[in-house]
Amino acid sequence: MTKVVLPRTLEETLRVLGEHPRAVVYAGGTDVLVGLARSGQQPEVLVCLERVEELKGIEERKGRIWIGAGTTHAQVLESDLIRAEAGVLWLATSTIGSPQVRAMGTIGGNLGTASPAGDSLGALVVLGAEVELASEEGRRRVGVEEFLLGPGRTALRKGEIIVGVWVPKAGDWQVHYYEKVGRRRAMAIALVSMAAMVRLEEGVVQEARVAFGAVGPKVMRLKEVEGLLVGSRLEREVLEQAGKVAARSVSPIDDIRASAAYRRIVAGRLLLRLGEKR
Amino acid sequence: MQVRFTLNSREVELEVAGDERVVDVLREQLGLKGVKAGCGEGECGACTILVDGQPRLSCLMLAAQLQGREVVTIEGIQELAPGRAVQEAFVACGAVQCGFCTPGMVMSATALLMRSPRPTLQEVREALAGNICRCSGYQKIVEAVVEAARALEGEID
Repeated sequence: MTKVVLPRTLEETLRVLGEHPRAVVYAGGTDVLVGLARSGQQPEVLVCLERVEELKGIEERKGRIWIGAGTTHAQVLESDLIRAEAGVLWLATSTIGSPQVRAMGTIGGNLGTASPAGDSLGALVVLGAEVELASEEGRRRVGVEEFLLGPGRTALRKGEIIVGVWVPKAGDWQVHYYEKVGRRRAMAIALVSMAAMVRLEEGVVQEARVAFGAVGPKVMRLKEVEGLLVGSRLEREVLEQAGKVAARSVSPIDDIRASAAYRRIVAGRLLLRLGEKR
Repeated sequence: MQVRFTLNSREVELEVAGDERVVDVLREQLGLKGVKAGCGEGECGACTILVDGQPRLSCLMLAAQLQGREVVTIEGIQELAPGRAVQEAFVACGAVQCGFCTPGMVMSATALLMRSPRPTLQEVREALAGNICRCSGYQKIVEAVVEAARALEGEID
């Protein structure tokens, strides 16, 4: 039988993890509990983070947006601050799962699961977000791109948990875009996804950030594509060129959801979406 | 371990194994068979219940998490005006075939109407996106939710 602990504070949480280094941690359970059910694994201790106060809340702190790791996707979607200043994250979060999954799943969980297809991850990468981690030894911050190491692998150390994400405000970037291509319109794991932010001045791209999900072992930010867009307008010819670069830059695999070839084609075509809204 | 929570408007105190799934606690210990265990992976929505007003998957919740919560299952949904409206509309619109998905559908629809009394068709579809039906093709289910919203609005006016 597994002992389930529901700590109320971060201190209590870290103490429990210190006492039980092999404890399995979860918040919403939409990934971890599914994984345990499938594997049949029965950990000695399960730590549920849903009541930990310090992991809750979305607020502006020192000019950035702090999102507690225990914030559910539904709570992210209710936030006017995120919608206004981190639109790409809002859009990405709206594609996750279903209403029930969004009421339970958390942004910390999305990071911890580190699926190559994790929807909030592409958005956090283009936003240049930082992940804050805590253990009994103290706290540290790691950029999202550094934090995600590969499928299901993160820079999290033993005894550490994700406490939250720091997201720079990007309300002045005119284009925030997220698209997830999946086999159905809800409850689908992306087979290709694109997160993008573009800052324009009189229609000319000043800065661009483009990242693809589900086409490599982790979210791939494509600097070559970004470089192509800077100084141009978001018009068909440029976007087609950028799309060709994207298609050859990604590293998809064949799997149950789609072939690598299909994913490459779709990744390239997704760039065209950036021209659609103008 | 002991958990104390509100279930369908009654205070409940229960001795549970902390790691037991809430769907199993509800069905086996409390005899609430209306909550269905479909996939066990959070994909089908048949186990949907309301926890503090939010639709959640009881197959992905552990008993220890019940402490202090307000839980509503299909057996208690008629105590909420939107719940009653949805139930009546499902019957009137022929939205039930085998009935297995129905409790979960009713829970999700009720959660929707509790926060959006005048949903658009698209919003209804999105609210039901986490509930799978193998019989009906969804058409009459969606119509029933739209009808329930209309009936509720009529009551308020």
